[in-house]
Amino acid sequence: MSGTAVSTLDQAMSPAESRLSHRASRHIKEKIIESVLFLAALVSVFTTLGIVYILVSESVVFFSHVPLWDFLTDKQWTPLFDDAHFGIMVLLSGTLVSSGVALLVAIPLGTVIAVFLSEFAGPRLREIVKPMLELLSGVPTIVYGYFALLFVTPLLQRFMPELPGFNLLSAGLVMGIMIIPTVSSIAEDAMRAVPMNLREGSYAMGATRLQTALKVVVPAAFSGIMAAYILGISRAVGETMILAVAAGMQPNLTWNPLEPAATITAFIVQVALGDLPHGSVGYQTIFAAGLTLMLMTLVFNILGYWLRKKYREQY
Amino acid sequence: MADPKPALESLPLKAHAAGLNFHYGDFQALKNIDMPIYDKRVTALIGPSGCGKSTFLRCFNRMHDLYPGNRYEGEIRLHPDNVNLLDRAVDPIEVRMRLSMVFQKPNPFPKSIFENVAYGLRVRGINQRAVLEEKVEEALRSAALWNEAKDRLHEQAFNLSGGQQQRMCIARALATEPEILLFDEPTSALDPIATASIEELIAELKEKVTILIVTHNMQQAARVSDFTAYMYIGELIEYGWTDDIFIKPKHEQTEAYITGRFG
Amino acid sequence: MALQSPAEIRALIANHKRWDIVFGVIGIVCLAICLMTFVTLFVDMLIDGYARLRPEFFTEFPSRRAGQAGILSAWIGTTMVMIVTAAVAVPLGVAAGIYLEEYAPGNWMTDVIEINISNLAGVPSIVYGLLALGLFVYQFGLGQSVATAGLTLALLILPVVIVATRESIRAIPGAIREAAYALGATKWQVVQGHILPYSTGGILTGVIIGMARAIGETAPIITVGALTFIAFLPPSPVTTEPPFLSFEWLMSPFTVMPIQIFNWTSRPDPAFQANAAAAGFILVFMTLAMNGLAIWLRYRIRRNIKW
Repeated sequence: MSGTAVSTLDQAMSPAESRLSHRASRHIKEKIIESVLFLAALVSVFTTLGIVYILVSESVVFFSHVPLWDFLTDKQWTPLFDDAHFGIMVLLSGTLVSSGVALLVAIPLGTVIAVFLSEFAGPRLREIVKPMLELLSGVPTIVYGYFALLFVTPLLQRFMPELPGFNLLSAGLVMGIMIIPTVSSIAEDAMRAVPMNLREGSYAMGATRLQTALKVVVPAAFSGIMAAYILGISRAVGETMILAVAAGMQPNLTWNPLEPAATITAFIVQVALGDLPHGSVGYQTIFAAGLTLMLMTLVFNILGYWLRKKYREQY
Repeated sequence: MADPKPALESLPLKAHAAGLNFHYGDFQALKNIDMPIYDKRVTALIGPSGCGKSTFLRCFNRMHDLYPGNRYEGEIRLHPDNVNLLDRAVDPIEVRMRLSMVFQKPNPFPKSIFENVAYGLRVRGINQRAVLEEKVEEALRSAALWNEAKDRLHEQAFNLSGGQQQRMCIARALATEPEILLFDEPTSALDPIATASIEELIAELKEKVTILIVTHNMQQAARVSDFTAYMYIGELIEYGWTDDIFIKPKHEQTEAYITGRFG
Repeated sequence: MALQSPAEIRALIANHKRWDIVFGVIGIVCLAICLMTFVTLFVDMLIDGYARLRPEFFTEFPSRRAGQAGILSAWIGTTMVMIVTAAVAVPLGVAAGIYLEEYAPGNWMTDVIEINISNLAGVPSIVYGLLALGLFVYQFGLGQSVATAGLTLALLILPVVIVATRESIRAIPGAIREAAYALGATKWQVVQGHILPYSTGGILTGVIIGMARAIGETAPIITVGALTFIAFLPPSPVTTEPPFLSFEWLMSPFTVMPIQIFNWTSRPDPAFQANAAAAGFILVFMTLAMNGLAIWLRYRIRRNIKW
């Protein structure tokens, strides 16, 4: 504040003309600063535009070689063979199966944890558990990949000796655990946003905690809980390293989680690890795959954003 | 008020508080309150904000048990079985099943009107369709909402107007046939027309049920209640027939509050 | 009381309360599954990699012989990439946050920026890798360098920094702004003298969380085409000749911790997997420490500031 005080004094003592010019220069300085800050805010917009531009421009070239219809319906994915096939279904099956396994873990556990933390746990327990869950979601996914490949798979093989070393099941299970904190924290936020007077209304009728939670709080937070699920799905679909490490990178059209299969993301990793010439069709496939991924997560993110906005407006 | 007032001793009691103290942590919110609640009468609790009138009301259905750090001393006895509602051995859930509450702001659950009114019954494990339908209709009729709601029972309760929502909350509270109906400033969020209809309803309801109402509005207390209690900083200053309190209060402070010079 | 007898009601309540307890137990079990998985992961890596966790592990380059391999190039590469990431993401993110909270008019442009930021936060990290591959590596000709990786991760964590900046600015009461404006301060003077100092703690928390995320990111860096076997260090930023500073390291090939772990994990030889475990343990420890620091910082800020 001392700087401001001095400059104000300067103004008071200087003649009128210089005071005016002083104000003008100050005005210009303020304008410049505002423009610089605005440009910084625009960087995020340019990032999105950059993503869209890169994905679309490379995909356009790709689709001039590969008809969209083949891309969507072909049942083989062999982009690097002489007899190249580009059926995205193959990669999509890996993505959907692994995401399905992950959600079978993350949705029930995440929901129970959210209800438990929001309606059952005391403030002290909540204060301890929430940061721990936050830490859990901060673990690098490559480490989860290691864990899935070298701990969970051998563990599962004890019960299922025929389980291959690479499989969608253990990758999906570990991915599910990884997503739990995302699901539980958004769902819990939604439940805690339910006004206390609704809960009191239910307790005043003689309802127990569980009855209040299931019959009043969960329905009232419904759209927020759905948003939590959808953002969980979006994370599962976009997850890369756990799958690249533990589910193998072999394209395989399958709906069986006990098999190895490449996902969209694992395929991109596999191509990037190799040495593909810039501009080849093989190089462009990863952009077409990336565009597919981007469109899928975009739909989920918009849906999730809209649902969250809805519950925020409600209360 | 019918004039020759019956002697208080001849009136049946529904409940009475005796030596009631209540603490929020270190703060004592209620100090040694003794007060009768007469059967099938309306008792109003008035006083400046922070006087403890809502705190007192919420002792009756043990709402304070929901939050940690709250402590009761003394007793609130429910008649005729003379059980102390505040006894640790008494389950707050059972207390809340016997006494119903209507809140300051209408708080419809995110369900249909029918399911809202049936909520307390379902909580009690009553799920037979026929019983629910009968009780819901009865409760809605008692709450003067049946005619407006009968064709839209399965619509979301949020779609009702504020006054209708509050009447639905009253129906919800009535459906379980409570022994006492607790009202916590039930009209403070409503417009004058909706307020008038709720007040009318309270006057009808006292035929069937004992009512305890907290209000910040003295005219409302004067209009709807048989008895009035004036509270100040956690103490019961004066209690008596409503017209006695309003016409010839014994305490100077009560008079100051009622005439609007204070509070 | 006409509905049910008191005895019936008591039996009913006892039954309901049993379900409360059952659910409480289920909740604790679910939490335990989550937390136990994490403990198992941590312990498993410690056991697998314990033999490799010795000082030489930090001072050796990767090698064909697992027993002699270390993470020297990986941790130095990670450090250099993080310097670039922080140098780009912090000023950009804070500036964008300040703009959105203090300057932005309520028009469509602001809406676009806001929706865009919340959407970017949900874009899979590998897509950032594709952006970097197409844009930084080929269009800008930065190649598979420290600069490319640093810029990519900077864009990735930008939403985290922006959101943290906005939240901590929003926590400053309007009265403080008004007090400064009333003394004749310009907008920038208010930002510089009040808004920034008061929100530093919250911004720092966000930056640390963002950096912890960036340090473990693997997919975008692999996508960029980073090499997985690097047995040399980037040129030193400090030289013996004037001007004593060199920026050649920015354009150097590099590897980072998570890529090194990926490389070792994908080898069939268990001896390399022990290296992966040891490096993984170090990486988890680093991210845990950073996140822990951020959580502690946030807790302290919440406790100390009482507007």
